[in-house]
Amino acid sequence: MLRNVPIRRKLTFLLLATGVIVMVLMRGAFFTYEYLAFRKTTLRHLSTLGDILASNSTAALTFANPDDAREILAALKAERHVAAAALYDSDGRLFAHYPDNLSAATLPATPGPFGYRFAGARLRGFQPVTIGERRVGTLYLDYDTGPLLSDWLRDSVAIALGVMAVILGIAYMVSRFLQKQISQPILALAGTARAISERRDYTVRAAKLGNDELGLLTDSFNHMLEEIQALNQDLEKRVAERTAQLEAVNKELEAFSYSVSHDLRAPLRHVDGFANLLQKQSGTALDAQGQRYLTTISAAARQMGRLIDDLLSFSRMGRTHMQPAEVDQDALVAAVIHDGHFNQGPRTITWQIAPLPRVRADQAMLRQVWANLIGNAVKYSGKVENPRVEIGTETSAETHEHVFFVRDNGAGFDMRYRDKLFGVFQRLHGAADFEGTGIGLANVRRIVTRHGGRTWAEGEPGRGATFYFSLPIQPASPLP
Amino acid sequence: MKNPRPILLAEDNPNDVELILAAFKDANFVNEIHVAHDGEQALDFLHRRGAYASRTGPLPAVILLDLKMPKVDGREVLRHVRTNPELRHIPVVILTSSREETDLLASYQLGANAFVVKPVDFQEFIGAVSKLGFFWAMLNEPPPLSSNSPL
Repeated sequence: MLRNVPIRRKLTFLLLATGVIVMVLMRGAFFTYEYLAFRKTTLRHLSTLGDILASNSTAALTFANPDDAREILAALKAERHVAAAALYDSDGRLFAHYPDNLSAATLPATPGPFGYRFAGARLRGFQPVTIGERRVGTLYLDYDTGPLLSDWLRDSVAIALGVMAVILGIAYMVSRFLQKQISQPILALAGTARAISERRDYTVRAAKLGNDELGLLTDSFNHMLEEIQALNQDLEKRVAERTAQLEAVNKELEAFSYSVSHDLRAPLRHVDGFANLLQKQSGTALDAQGQRYLTTISAAARQMGRLIDDLLSFSRMGRTHMQPAEVDQDALVAAVIHDGHFNQGPRTITWQIAPLPRVRADQAMLRQVWANLIGNAVKYSGKVENPRVEIGTETSAETHEHVFFVRDNGAGFDMRYRDKLFGVFQRLHGAADFEGTGIGLANVRRIVTRHGGRTWAEGEPGRGATFYFSLPIQPASPLP
Repeated sequence: MKNPRPILLAEDNPNDVELILAAFKDANFVNEIHVAHDGEQALDFLHRRGAYASRTGPLPAVILLDLKMPKVDGREVLRHVRTNPELRHIPVVILTSSREETDLLASYQLGANAFVVKPVDFQEFIGAVSKLGFFWAMLNEPPPLSSNSPL
């Protein structure tokens, strides 16, 4: 209940509640004491009254004069809280009573034991009427303390409430002053903590207001801040260092790939070029085997050219800056299939394409993913009777990602080698069966990974393969 | 038939030079082809100085420029040609092994008219060179000679 109340109010409440409890308890004790005193006083008063009445009624009892006795009792009119009174003769018979209109039946028929006792708000009892040592009768008195009690109670409560109000007022003022001693350092700490978390400024320090436990807490807090600040600076420095290193490595890589791009391709071009020139010039002089050697030289040079080109594109794919935008994948897949001329092969491919969700990605890169996967599906199903390529999606709410797949009924692969599928220049089929350099899936993995997704595959030799990739539904900040 | 203007080929690699010349021969070009083996020679040719001081004849119809050359590289030659009032009208085609985007961008920014990557495949290479020669030396109408002389 108090958990969400500000600490200042909590402390005020605490102090006031303590005050109220103390006052109520004290007032209770005082009440009890006053009540007991009241009873004592009333009892003494009634005994005195009884003594006077008893001594006044001795004559009336001795001479058996009930009229006198009634008169004496009638004097009780002055005592308005006496509800009833009676005199009994020495034989215990009712002799006279007060007031006159009271029915005798409501009075005790015979005297009981002496002494006055409280019965609820009533104080009743008997006392002997004696002359010297001789007992001449018994006096009965019935005293109603109710009105007196309620008067007293009313006054008492009024005073108690008044005093309590004054004391609470004073206590409130005092508590406002006292709670500051505790709440101020805590509020100062809280303020500092908030300022730090809002501005991420670890140079701020909490002000110390005393040497108590809160002062200690402030010291520890400031010490922690110092450490965080130091760690932060260290971290920033290290990030800067690593960034510089990375940039240097990246520069080297760029220089390397430039060199590869420029310098490795030239000799290959010369190999192929001069092999061709040789073929043209002296082709007729060569026998079949010599011709074949020349063709092989040319083919090998061209293959190496392709490998270099693929390696360069793979290296570029990891370095180029991503430009994420909303991508209409239905249109993208349709464009890939159209531009790839996949439907111009010797066999008619049956396409089964499900509607795909829009995603946020680098359009050119995502296009390459689809082009590679669809191209592979077409390539590896090129030798079956009825090639079929299925493109679909599953959305996994659990892992917060879209999963896409391309399934074919082609050559498939052995699941034992699935880890090799996405490696650079890794191939599960010989170049004689299916041409390719083995860079496509490596590029797919690199692109998907840069988008925060995953790649995997399922397959069985001769029964086709399914290649999956996932993209996060809420794309994270692009990976470097 | 008008006397065709020469083609300037700036290329340091003798193998490439031989292949390009073979390709031109293959395509039956009649244009005279001057070969500069580095950027300095190319500039000397254009300015008729040094070894080319006695050169007569018009400025080339097109410069085929390799980027990576000793002494003065292709970019510097390109920058010089584009900032020189006498030479700035000459079409320049970058003919290089590089496919790097930075090279592409820099070349176009410096004012290259075209950027051609030399294919590894010789058949494609021959195709590319003959198409280049056909376009720039035959099809393309170069700026009139008078515009090349200083004002």
